Amino acid sequence: MEIYKLNIPELSKLIKNKELKISEIVEDCFKRIEKLEPKINAFITILKEQAIEKAKKLDSNIETSKFNFIFGIPCTIKDIISTKNIKTTAGSKILENYIPPFNAEVVEKLLNANAIILGKTNLDEFAHGSSTENSAFGPTRNPWDLERVPGGSSGGSAAACALRFGWYSIGTDTGGSIRHPAGLCGIVGLKPTYGRCSRFGLLAMTSSTDVPGPLTKTVEDAAIVLSQIQGKDIKDSTTAKIKSKDYYTFILKHQNKIKNLKIGIIKEFFQEGLDSKIKEHLENAIKIFEKLGAKIKEVSIKTAKYGIAVYYIITPSEISSNLARYDGIKFGYAEKNASDLSEFYNLTRAKGFGAEAKRRIMLGTYALSKGYYDAYYKKAQKVRALLIQETEKVFQEVDILLAPTSPSFAFKIGEKTTDPLKMYLEDIYMMIASLGGYPAISIPCGFSNENLPCGMQLIGRRFEEEIILSAGFAFQEATNFHKKFPSIMF
Amino acid sequence: MKLSKKEVEHIAKLAKIKLTEQEKEKFSKELSKILDYINILNELDTNDVKPKIQVTETFNEGREDKIIKFEEISALLKSAPKVENNFIKTHKIK
Repeated sequence: MEIYKLNIPELSKLIKNKELKISEIVEDCFKRIEKLEPKINAFITILKEQAIEKAKKLDSNIETSKFNFIFGIPCTIKDIISTKNIKTTAGSKILENYIPPFNAEVVEKLLNANAIILGKTNLDEFAHGSSTENSAFGPTRNPWDLERVPGGSSGGSAAACALRFGWYSIGTDTGGSIRHPAGLCGIVGLKPTYGRCSRFGLLAMTSSTDVPGPLTKTVEDAAIVLSQIQGKDIKDSTTAKIKSKDYYTFILKHQNKIKNLKIGIIKEFFQEGLDSKIKEHLENAIKIFEKLGAKIKEVSIKTAKYGIAVYYIITPSEISSNLARYDGIKFGYAEKNASDLSEFYNLTRAKGFGAEAKRRIMLGTYALSKGYYDAYYKKAQKVRALLIQETEKVFQEVDILLAPTSPSFAFKIGEKTTDPLKMYLEDIYMMIASLGGYPAISIPCGFSNENLPCGMQLIGRRFEEEIILSAGFAFQEATNFHKKFPSIMF
Repeated sequence: MKLSKKEVEHIAKLAKIKLTEQEKEKFSKELSKILDYINILNELDTNDVKPKIQVTETFNEGREDKIIKFEEISALLKSAPKVENNFIKTHKIK
């Protein structure tokens, strides 16, 4: 049986009926990890012993435990999410040996449902980046072409999913960090609505946009994982007092009902800067949606072009505040040769942080400093308000928006590292969902002539994840992109 | 928008990150370029616009003032580089 080909519902059924042991599934994953991980570097920490032990325990406990789709299914967690007693580095030297004494809320929810964690995945340091090249532990390589980036910042998570190192990974998305690597690695990446899932236990990057969410091979798997990790948490006061939903049941029920779904094509995103092959795939995707009965409409979001500028003031500003806690006193790297407190802070942070982290802290410190706060931070928040106003108007005419995920296919490692601004512009299509807190999903929609994947983004109204999931599921069932695996696996 | 070396040094001082001479040079160039790009925001008239700080529409969520015992003191202290008599120890200010 080719276990890696099965999706979560199929795998779960076999576990429940005892046709497949969880230990066999975990063993199957580690065989693949042992073979491929040296070429990929998807992991910072691999938890083989713990995973095998847990699998054995669960195998002897299937009748008596509370069974659901998450039970016994192996997964990975991006290393910016706290895991109790398991090293959590944020991809940074400053937390190289940090061991959290608690679980992030989303991890706690998964462990309560008996998920099995195979390891902690690689990322751009503190989620700063779109290529995973900013990791202090080496870049992750794209499983479809080892000379290329997997995207970022959840590159390790995306590569792991693409190679079936587990059936889902929990990543974080601030400016596209789930969606971007999902697009470049040919998998599904879902950024939930801001407030849908608790940020408690995430090593904070940008508090007003950070969101944890699933990366998976298929849309239904993403729906299942979202159902498990959602929910109000008093430990994160930005989580919404909103009813939890069963997204999987919803998309199955609405499988053939996307007739009359109004899809808005954001015209500003289909102009120059978008790779022509990706554009072709998106145009085909639009035709597929039309065939399925959806109503397509061209919409305009003029403020979208300012998204990157807004984001790269707000983000560094909040980062400069959030990263002030890395001072070597309560946890993390501590400089040993300092004569006083000031020197201690300065050297700890100089040696612990990588270049991009320093760059963003500096930019943010400047934008928030006396004399500049109004011109930069406040101005950015005003343009953010305009962007949201314009998007809300558009959502009165259409139900979901369709956009590209990235402007190009996966680029080569090192290609964009000399120009920070060039790297920032990778996220050009991400900003509406990030700055407005809208749910957004990237779904595989085609390949380049060199067999590199690309994704299509569907963006929904706040708290309407089930709508983008249904649309995505309908598209997936009408195509075969999600069935392809990187040839390196065989 | 060119950031001078002096301005970069001032920012580094606020951020408490010691920079090498090379880094000061590099950041001066890179940050200036980014700030130049960000200037496009001035194309928009935002005089009558209220800033959008966060998207949740909620503010200052309180909870019951109830004492919940915290059991993880030793776990927290384990993370600290220098501990003495259940206190976290650090350098003198000067």
